[in-house]
Order: sequence, then C-alpha cells, then structure tokens
Amino acid sequence: MTMSEVIAAPERGGDGAAATGDVPPDYLRAASGVRSWLTTTDHKRIALMFYVVVLVMFMVGGLFALALRVELLTPRRTVMDAMTYNRMFTLHGVTMVWMFLIPAIPAVFGNFILPMQLGAKDLAFPRLNLASFYVYVSGLLITLGGMLAGGTDTGWTFYTPYSDSSPTRLLPVVSGVFVLGISTIMTGINFIATTHMLRAPGITWRRIPLFTWTIYGTSIIMVLATPVLGLALALVGVDHVLHLGIFDPAVGGDPVLFQHLFWFYSHPAVYIMILPAMGVISEVVPTFAQRRPSSYMAIAMSTLGIALVGFLTWGHHMFVAGISELDAGIFGALSMFVAVFSALKVFTWVATLYKGRIRLGTPLLYFFGFLFLFVFGGMTGVAVATQSLDIHWHDTYFVVAHFHFVMVGGSVTAFLAAAHYWFPKMFGRRYSERVGALSATAVFLGFVLTFFPQFLLGNMGMPRRYYSYPERFQWLHVLSTGGAFLLAGAIVLALGNLLVSLRWGPKAGSNPWGSRSFEWLSASPPPKNNFPAVPVLDFSPYDYTQSEEEAHARAFPR
Amino acid sequence: MPAPSHAEQYSGYPRLAETLRFGMWIFLASETLLFAGLFALYASYRAMFRADFTQAIQHNTLAYGTVNMYVLLTSSFTVALSLATLRRNRPRVTLALLLATAALGGVFLVVKALEYAEHVRNGALPGPFYHWQALPTFGANRFFTMYWLMTGLHALHVMAGVVVVLWLARRTHRRRYTAARHATFEMGTLYWHLVDVMWLFLWPILYLA
Amino acid sequence: MNQLMRKLLFLPPQASSMAGEIDALHYVVILTTLLGAALTTAVAVFFVVKYRARGPEAERPREKPAPRPPVWFEVVVVVGLFGLFVLWWIVGFSQYVRARVAPPDTLDVYVTAKQWMWKFAYPDGHSSLGTLFVPQGRPVKLIMTSRDVIHSFYVPDFRAKQDVIPGRYTTIWFTATIEGAHQILCAEYCGTGHSTMRGQVVALAPADYARWVGQAAAQDLSSFPDAGGAATGAPSMARVGERVAADRGCLRCHTVDGTPHIGPTWAGLYGSSVPLADGQAVLADEPYLTESMMDPLAKVRRGFRPVMPSYQGLLQAPEAAAVVEFIKSLRDVPPAAAGPMPPPTGPLPSQPVTP
Repeated sequence: MTMSEVIAAPERGGDGAAATGDVPPDYLRAASGVRSWLTTTDHKRIALMFYVVVLVMFMVGGLFALALRVELLTPRRTVMDAMTYNRMFTLHGVTMVWMFLIPAIPAVFGNFILPMQLGAKDLAFPRLNLASFYVYVSGLLITLGGMLAGGTDTGWTFYTPYSDSSPTRLLPVVSGVFVLGISTIMTGINFIATTHMLRAPGITWRRIPLFTWTIYGTSIIMVLATPVLGLALALVGVDHVLHLGIFDPAVGGDPVLFQHLFWFYSHPAVYIMILPAMGVISEVVPTFAQRRPSSYMAIAMSTLGIALVGFLTWGHHMFVAGISELDAGIFGALSMFVAVFSALKVFTWVATLYKGRIRLGTPLLYFFGFLFLFVFGGMTGVAVATQSLDIHWHDTYFVVAHFHFVMVGGSVTAFLAAAHYWFPKMFGRRYSERVGALSATAVFLGFVLTFFPQFLLGNMGMPRRYYSYPERFQWLHVLSTGGAFLLAGAIVLALGNLLVSLRWGPKAGSNPWGSRSFEWLSASPPPKNNFPAVPVLDFSPYDYTQSEEEAHARAFPR
Repeated sequence: MPAPSHAEQYSGYPRLAETLRFGMWIFLASETLLFAGLFALYASYRAMFRADFTQAIQHNTLAYGTVNMYVLLTSSFTVALSLATLRRNRPRVTLALLLATAALGGVFLVVKALEYAEHVRNGALPGPFYHWQALPTFGANRFFTMYWLMTGLHALHVMAGVVVVLWLARRTHRRRYTAARHATFEMGTLYWHLVDVMWLFLWPILYLA
Repeated sequence: MNQLMRKLLFLPPQASSMAGEIDALHYVVILTTLLGAALTTAVAVFFVVKYRARGPEAERPREKPAPRPPVWFEVVVVVGLFGLFVLWWIVGFSQYVRARVAPPDTLDVYVTAKQWMWKFAYPDGHSSLGTLFVPQGRPVKLIMTSRDVIHSFYVPDFRAKQDVIPGRYTTIWFTATIEGAHQILCAEYCGTGHSTMRGQVVALAPADYARWVGQAAAQDLSSFPDAGGAATGAPSMARVGERVAADRGCLRCHTVDGTPHIGPTWAGLYGSSVPLADGQAVLADEPYLTESMMDPLAKVRRGFRPVMPSYQGLLQAPEAAAVVEFIKSLRDVPPAAAGPMPPPTGPLPSQPVTP
C-alpha cells in the first residue's frame, strides 16, 4: 500500500466540512505514487518526509545513548573498549544535535503548521523547501558514511588541537554536519520570508500565532549563527587534513580561538533547539485552557530577546578555558540576563491557566512534564552560569544533566506534545488518550530516573566523557542506565501509539481541541491549498470570546 | 518558461519579486556572517602579533590588491548598469554588460592567481608549509595563513559569482527576462555586489599597513 | 548544617580554603532552583484542578476575554528574578576572581600535562609523576602547560579546575585545608586515556612536608626523561636553569648582574614592568618570560634590537621552566648595579624604522 492509502483508510463521515459541491481531496490523497512525494513542493508533504527521517535519526541517536549507558554500568570495561566508547558519545551528540534536535520541531511542525498559521497556501519558496530536505538527507548520508567508517572521537564539540591529531575519520563527519547546516539556513530563510511576506489579509504582527513567532525567532538564529558553525567546521576539517595549524600552538595558533568560534554558534544553537519547543507549549496551553495567553507580548518579545541576547553569552562555556576574569564576568552577567526571558515565558504559561476552562489531554500532560523539567533544568543553567560554581561543575555530569534536562525534558517533551497535539490536524485521526497519558507519564519518570542522578554525579566530581570511572560513582550510573531503558521504552510507546493510530485511530474532526489558532480553521487533514479560499484573519488566534463557527464565518466570508 | 506557479501562491508578480528580493537579503546576511568569523579570527591573531602582521602586510604586494579592488568596483558598476538597462528594455546592452562583468571577474581571478604564484615562490604558504626566509616570524605565518583562508574563500565566491553572472547572461540572451519581470536577475546582481563588498573589507586589512 | 547540605547534595569534602564559601553559594542556588521548579509546577497543578472545565457553560464561548495579570505584578516577578540572578552573579563573580587570582607568596609548582599523565616539577629541583605533594595550609600556585592537547586539572575536593593548554601557561591556586590525598581528574577530553589520566594531591602537615622535601631532595622521585640525564642529588630548579642558560647560549646576550648587553639583563627582571618598542609596557611574569624564549619578536623591549632567535622546539618545557626559575632567583639583584647606562631608547642607526 502506498503511504497515502495507509493513512486515508475507508472514507467515513469526514470532517463535516462543506457539504456544498466539490470537497478537494486532502493533501495525503491529492496525488499518489512515490514520485508525487519525492518531487512535491507541498510544505505538508515535505514536513512528513522530514518527520520520518528525523524520527529515524532520533532512534539512531537513542541507540548510541543506550550503548553508552550500558558501557557505564561498570567502572571499567563492560562491553566495548575506550576508543569505541569515545566514538559512541561523539556520534550520540552529533546525531542528536544536528540530525534530530535542530531540525525536529522546525522542519516537521514548522513546515507543516507555520504556513497554515499565517493563512498561506505554502511557504514563500516551496522548491527551496524541497531542496532543503534533500540537502538534509545528503548531509545525513555523508555523516552516517563517516560513522560507518568508524566515526570520530572528539566529542560533538571538536576541540582543537585534539581534533587536529585524532586518528579518526573526522573529515566526513564535519563535512556532513556542514551540509546539514546549509539545510538549516535554507529552512530559516524560507520561514523568515514567509512570515514577513505571506501573511493572510488581516494578520498584523500582533496577531501572528505564538508558535510562528518562535519559529520566526528560531529562523533568525539559524540564518545568522549557522554560517559561523560552517566556518568553524571547515577550519577544523582543513586543520585535520592539511595540518595548517590554524588553532595549533606549535605554529603559533591559539586553540582557545576555536572554542570562541565554535560556541559563538553553539550557544545560539541551543536556543534553536528550545525556542520552537516553547512555541509548541505556547499553543498547547491556551488551547487546553480555552483562553488567551496571559500576555501575548511577553511571549512574542521574549522570543526576540532570546534570539538577540543569546548571541552574547557564548563565553559561559569557557569560564575555565583560559579567558580573562573580565571576559568571564561579562559573559556571566549576560547569561543571567538571557535567563529572564525564559522566566517570563514560564510565568505567562502558568498564568494562562488562571481562570481557564481547562480540559485534560496528552499534550497538556506533556506540558506538565515540560514545566517541571524545563524550569528545573533552566535554573540549573543559571546555576552553572554562576562562575564560581561552574569551576566545580564545568565538564562534569552536572552540565550533562543540565543540558539533557532542557533538551530532552524541554525540547523532546515538547516535540512529543506537538506530535500528539497536531496529530489530528496532520492525519485526520485521533490517537488513544489512555496510551498517550501512560506514555507521557512514563517518559517523565524514565527521564527523571536517567538524568537526576547525573546532577549528583556531577556534584561528586564525575567528569564528562569518561569511559572508566572511580568505583564510588557506580551506583548512580546504574540508576541512570535503568532510567535510560525506561525512557527509551516510553518514547517507543508514545510513538507507537501514534503510528498505530495512523491506520486504526478514529477519525478526527477539523478541530478536536477547540483551538482558535488559525491552523485549526482548515479541514483535518487539510487540502493541498490548506484553506478553501484565502482567509481573512483580522482577529486574534486566541479569541475565545467567539465560537468556532463565528471565527470560521469571519475567516471565510461569503 | 512554464506558467508561473505564483498565481496560486502570491497575490501577483510584484509580491513574488519583493519576496525573492527579501529572501536574497537574508541569504546575503548569512554569507556575511560566514566571512565575519574569519574576520574575527584575523582580528584576534592581529592583536596577538601586531608588529609581525604590520611587517607581513608591508611585504604583500599592494599593487595586486589595489588593481583587484578597481576591477571589482568596475564590475559592480557594470552589473548595476546591466540591471538598469534591463529595466529600460535594452537586453542586448544588458547582455554585453553582463559579459563585461564576468570578464572582469575573470580578470580578478587571473590577478589573484598571479599573486598566489608569487607567494608560492616566496614561500609565503599557510601553516607548516611556510618557509619565507625574509619573514621568519610566527606572526607572519599567522598572517599568511589567514590571508590564504580569507582570499581563498573570497575567490571561491568570485568563481560562484562569475557562474551566476554567466547564467544571467544566458537567460538574458534567451529573452527570459523582461523589463517588468526579472526578480531572479536582481538577485544575481545582489550576489555580485556582495562579492565586491567583501573585497572592500578584505583589501584594507590585508594590504594597507 | 553545612555538612548536612553537603552530604545531601553529594558534594565531596571541603578540602580547600575556598570550598566552604563556594558550597554556601551552591546551597542557595540549588535550593532556589528546586523550590522554583516545585512551586511553579504546584501552582500550575493547582490551577488545573481549580479551573477544570465544568458543566455546559464550558462549551460556550467566554463572555469576556480572560483576565491578564496586572503589569506591575509581572514587572515585580521579572525584576525580582533578575535581581536574584544578579545577586548570584555578584557573589559568584567575586568568588571566581578570588579563586582565579593567586595571593602573593605562593609556593609555585610547575605542572606539565601530557597524554595521559601529570608531571610536577618543584622549585627545589625534584619532580614527581601523578602525585603532587603540597604543604597543608599554605597557598600553592600551579603553573601549568600541556605538551600536546588541552587537558584540565580538576580536584573536586578543592572545587578547583583549570584547563591546561599547549603553547601557553595557565595557573590555578589553592590552599589545602585537609591533610591526605585528594583526587586529580582530567576534565577535558583528550583521547583514549582521558578517563585514566588521574592523580592525587597529597596535602602534608607542615612538618611532614618539610621532611618530604628533605627526602625528595636526596632521592629524585622521578626525573624528566627528556630533560637529558638522570638527576644526581637534584639541584634546585634555578640552578638547573642556570646551567641550561649557559649551555644554550642565553648568557652570551643576557647578563645576570645588571650589565647592559645585547639583550636585557636578567637582574631585577622578574616582576618588573618592561617597556616595549611599541610604547606599551608589560609585566615580566612567567608567561612573558616563556614567550620571550619561544617567540622573542612578539614583544621587543624598547631600546633593544629584535635579534633574538626563537627557542621553540629547542628547549623542552621543563628546561624553559628552569630558566624562568633562574631568572626569578635574580629578582632582587639591582639592575643598574654596574656599568654605564643602558643604550638609548629609539631606533639605532642601522635599523629600519617600522611604523
């Protein structure tokens, strides 16, 4: 069966939309055959193609993680030697950061939802969008090729001068990531242009749905930061192969300069990974609370604040790297500043529950997980930005725990929330709420069991990237590994629920959550052009004082 | 040319053109950041090895750099003029100007190649390959390593720019552009301008002591 | 209370003079973090319970838009939080500066990190591998460099860490307050042996330390194999430095008694302010002295011609360190002790003027 046929099972009922004459087929059935998918310019189909590949890469990165954690069950060799372990953690990082986290929400949900939230038919540059998918796949193939040839062991941070001399296949890995970066830039250009130029009549900047705002902010970072990564990787590749010694002290190079260049990108990159997640949450909460966000401007403006100030804080990764006390102080202060923007968002989300008419559902459960884990994880970020404390914590498991709290407890949780929240819209089906609730709970518990012990390991002094370790750290590692398997199982359960529901889930109406955000004005799944006509969207996407019918009538006046 | 798909997507051609221009500017911003990283690296090494850098710049042949600066400035002029003549519906003049631009780009690359050859003869090569006896310092080594990286990246962009300009020329020859519809033409000329502007920043820091 | 919190948070013993105050800040920050996350989630859960959609009226649109918290409330929360973060920064930065800037009169030890071991060279000439002996209660400064890639010297018990970088010196200081062994771990990934690059700092009571110094002087614990030759009742590092300076030709241009010569005299040099050719001045500390050996034309002293050759690759790290120790030993020799005035400042006739 083709993909279109699997999803578009027996016609039943439908979404009760226009009983008047021709209902255009939904985007899944608009054309069939593999070629119609591989040459599509429909943002929704491109989103699905990204979805499949991104999830596969998530699994691959997860497998590397499980391998690591199995090795760490015992203080010395468990199942692999040191060099293999070192390659494993590098590949885990490279896969998760560049093949999963950076594209995940933007390339899947950004692609699918952003044009719809703007009342547009597609992105500004549909063919560029398709190209970005193929560039992404090319980057994957190059990097995976490098991994199959043994990969590299430098860590995803490629620090010099070790990366100059590491006896591993660095070049295909950095080249692959370079190409992945090009895909990111293409995506970013598309989103920015679409947000500026393709809004439906009536959508002012203050009516843009908040998910689109965060994707927009993310895209600004993508476009401005990624080129610097490209440069840093190119220089490392050149140094590795030609030994130009750009960062090699034997020839007068300064290895710390590489760190500056690398972190100038990589700190904003973490905001690429969290801003879209915050956007998802900013949609889920008003929808499930059935009320407007407690401060739209707080979320919109803090997004721009994070995008801008996030570029000024990179030195907090280098407090003990050999920078001056003055530099360290400035970076530390700016890092405190950027944390305030996230705090503003958290406050807004919680206040949005006040006087709501709250309905429960799996996306909201993920929100609770996100809330606790992101606030805790984010504040441990403020903690490590406190310089004297970072001396002890830098390059220990405390930092590992911190960033997993925000990236997994934050971004992955929000990714799962988005997967459930927009599932009816994308596929016209409902998933099982019971399995959804169970998996959301299991994800949270598995996560906490995996990563909370790592804060304690860090406090005890366990450094990162250690293949073997002093015995006293063992019991916490065993706990963490147990949690990792639980987390893996929970994620598989969550995704399995969705996969099964693709085929066997009950049909969904166009707006099962009763949201007022603009993407829900379309059918589920939407037709190729998203809406029956160009909508007139001169009202707020969070106006819960009007009914869905009233909103529909305003958007599509006869 | 097949029927434009913008009829579905855009409210009209002008909007499409505006969006393409906008997208192009964002792309140029990303290219600027790419070079910015190298400029930052250069600035750091220059601060570390100030006297050596000054000395190395003096050993660079100013003539090559300045000739190339004028070549690129002229080529920016010709490419801007080509857009103006296209808007005035004079495609033959446009074509000639584009070919002149590409030719000037070629001249740039030839001059650069001659200059590189001189560096090779001197031994002013990057990193461990450096062996210029007249300037044996670490700082000079750093300078020339950065010099090769920055001018090399720029030269790659000049080559890409020449390809873009020739592609525009081909389409102009086939009358694909009209006075009213030439959005991608404008995008191509913007790219060439970027390549020129980059040199305007590279020239003083690499050639003026 | 301190020990209770320390154990609850799995922190190692506070074995340095700074550990206690760093941990105090740690407790405040971590408790606030825990409290913040718990409180936020609790409020959210409370709201969900209290404002659950109930009854048929939940299906109808709202009569008026949902309330917003007053702006002043938001401002208070944001400013309050920011104020809290700034407070942490103030305390953290102050502690950081004190942790980084060594007090005067430290006992200096040279550390060389290489894949995958730590080597220590003491001022009285002997050295050790993997174990650093320090006197308890006395500030110790480590002057560290790497032979290959970036490493990081980390002693969890001291709450101290500093990256060790090839091609330059970085320093770290501490005062060990608890006797005994404190583990050293490498904290910057450096290859296959990264997790086995461990060591220990052994803090000895002053009397024991003095005894150890005497014993170590009598039997060299380990010599640097690449410094050329086994030690024989190891001379102090400064004396080794004097020998190296003589062997490698340094003394052909540099005097030790203040007499002006082709190169600046080493008498009274260490710790002085060196005027440079470009008008600036620089402190003559260990990094400057080492850089002057490896890249002598980087900072040329005013009034001297830039003729010194580089010793990069010609001097091993311990030899360079020994020469530095020798120069340090001359710090109290008055520079203008003998002979005529130093050459005039400004370019000499045979030298081209550089801008």
